[in-house]
Amino acid sequence: MSAPATQAATTPLVTAAEEKIAAATQLQLTWWRFRKHKLAVASGILVVLFYIGAILADFLAVTGPHSTDAARSYIPPQSIHWYDDGAFKPHVYALKGKRDMRTFKIVYAPDPSDKRYLQLFARGYSYSFLGLFETDRHLLGLDRGKPEDALFLLGTDQLGRDVWSRLMLATRTSLTVGLVGVALSLFLGVLLGGISGLYGGVVDTVIQRMIEILRSIPTIPLWMGLAAALPNTWSVTQVYIAITVIISLIGWTELARVVRGRFLALREEDFVTAAELAGASRLRIIFRHMVPSFLSHIIAAVSLALPAMIISETTLSFLGLGLRPPAISWGVLLQDAQNIQALGIAPWLLVVAVPVIIVILAFNFLGDGLRDAADPYG
Amino acid sequence: MVTYILQRLGLALVTIWAISVVSFVIIQLPPGDFVDTYITNLAASGSAVRAEEAQALREQYGLDKPIWVQYWKWISRVATGDFGMSMEWGRPVIEVIGDRLWLTIVISFAAILITWGIALPIGIYSAVRQYSVADYIFTFVGFVGLAVPNFLLALIIMYFGFKLFDLNIGGLFSAEYQIAPWSAGKVWDMMKHLPLPAMILALAGTAQLIRIMRANLLDELRRPYVTTARARGLPEWRVILKYPVRAALNPFASTIGYLLPFVVSGSIVVSLVLSLPTVGPLLLRSLVAQDMFLAGTIVLLLGILTVIGTFLSDLILMWIDPRIRSGMHG
Repeated sequence: MSAPATQAATTPLVTAAEEKIAAATQLQLTWWRFRKHKLAVASGILVVLFYIGAILADFLAVTGPHSTDAARSYIPPQSIHWYDDGAFKPHVYALKGKRDMRTFKIVYAPDPSDKRYLQLFARGYSYSFLGLFETDRHLLGLDRGKPEDALFLLGTDQLGRDVWSRLMLATRTSLTVGLVGVALSLFLGVLLGGISGLYGGVVDTVIQRMIEILRSIPTIPLWMGLAAALPNTWSVTQVYIAITVIISLIGWTELARVVRGRFLALREEDFVTAAELAGASRLRIIFRHMVPSFLSHIIAAVSLALPAMIISETTLSFLGLGLRPPAISWGVLLQDAQNIQALGIAPWLLVVAVPVIIVILAFNFLGDGLRDAADPYG
Repeated sequence: MVTYILQRLGLALVTIWAISVVSFVIIQLPPGDFVDTYITNLAASGSAVRAEEAQALREQYGLDKPIWVQYWKWISRVATGDFGMSMEWGRPVIEVIGDRLWLTIVISFAAILITWGIALPIGIYSAVRQYSVADYIFTFVGFVGLAVPNFLLALIIMYFGFKLFDLNIGGLFSAEYQIAPWSAGKVWDMMKHLPLPAMILALAGTAQLIRIMRANLLDELRRPYVTTARARGLPEWRVILKYPVRAALNPFASTIGYLLPFVVSGSIVVSLVLSLPTVGPLLLRSLVAQDMFLAGTIVLLLGILTVIGTFLSDLILMWIDPRIRSGMHG
């Protein structure tokens, strides 16, 4: 890096901007190109927001996600009234139970005479914040009465659980399953793709055929078979780990393909030959010289692999073969919306589809933008 | 050319072998062997099995032998068409699966045809009218198709069908044909029900194909021969359809290999939501009930059929692409 810099200082033909580009690392170049891609940048911000939301899930939730009350099943989403007598005082109407004289069931309906004002940083159920400290503060609450009784921003499910709160915690689970799964796939992909690209020959052929075979098997039946074999007695955490392993066992092939392609392309580059001639060790060549120059490709491939992982987990859990209650994930929530009868009574259960679609779209746009930025000739 | 076919055939056979191993593993995965399950099932229905009988059963199925012997026994029986008994149904697995396998194939095949039917014209249009409003709209719709998992799409469409048109969209046959034997009327009835599930399955794959077609065609359209054709006064549709589209089709055709496993996978989940009589719901049920011979057989047959489909698409590709025919890999 120092050689072109001194050259630039002596020859006035090279402008400062060009010098900046010449001296920039591959990652910097990618970042500069990526910034120009507005949709991708916006998607990136959205993804970051979702992950912040996932970290703060308990804080954003209103009621304990497992607190059930059969009497309050299928309460439709409550509307927030923003103004009270012309002043800005957001409130909801309390729910009042009335006995339906025909069915003799208690029916909850909003009672306009009983206003409950919304409060920021209110007290609610207590939880452990990131395992650091115990707290009972939540973003939203009510000035009086427990939120469990009156605040249902997205309605309740059959067991009377608050859909909004469950959605917050489900987002955390589903987004982290994707991350852990991708980390595992990345490890396998870089290892096998790297070996394949670096050594070539028979090893390469064997690994490539293996990838081709894996890709030609329909994945969902395979996942279903493997996931169904997890013992019923396993804890939520064990199932969570097992599911991510199952998903990434099949998901690594695309990453391996990208890594191998890059290795093959870079192997012939002059700077690699130069490093070899200078006597650098193989490991040093790989990690000091090759990896930095295709890191941006890997980042792009990862951000395209993540949504696929999230869809896989959601699908498996939706089928009842992935995470099981009491674990909460998008797929688990969508299970409640599986049949037309439930949807006819409680269409708001389908609201879970919205974050799923937004996150997956955002990841795809982000990944596309990154891929374009990573490849100067694309 | 012969080398190419042999190579593909070899790979297909290895893949089928790999699938058979995976299916066998799935059959073996639940704790205990299936004689245990069988005995528990019989005990639940009131009849007891004596220890000698259990031992005889184990010997019959070779469960006392090492695992590879068991695999060999199983695969040799499978090769003769004997897939074992379904525990839950008490009938041979192949009878339980019955028509469902063919219906799965019909739906997957229809979905692929629709994917092509949609992606081809839209891909051409998007490339010819690059950056037009329609190009953006198609790109956006394609992305949505890519982003919405197809079971979710099925759920949403089912909900709106129910809400707006008071229509129950599920199923593949009307009530009167549900259990009727096959007839022209039943086939026609199926044809009427087929487009919706096939469309739902197709939408997910369409986005990628549109993008591939668009990118390929854009590359071709910039070539000098297109300008030449135009300069010689060929009508515009001929300039585009006769040469660049044909050249752009080759990479497009090769995508069928990945499309097929994708669509077969999707059909399983979509069938569950729309309660289609394919192997999807049967597979889920057998897995939940740990009816492992049934589950393993379904995984095996789906895998084998996908491999055969991919192999056939390779042959088609060879027929389309002269480079492969003449032994060059392009």
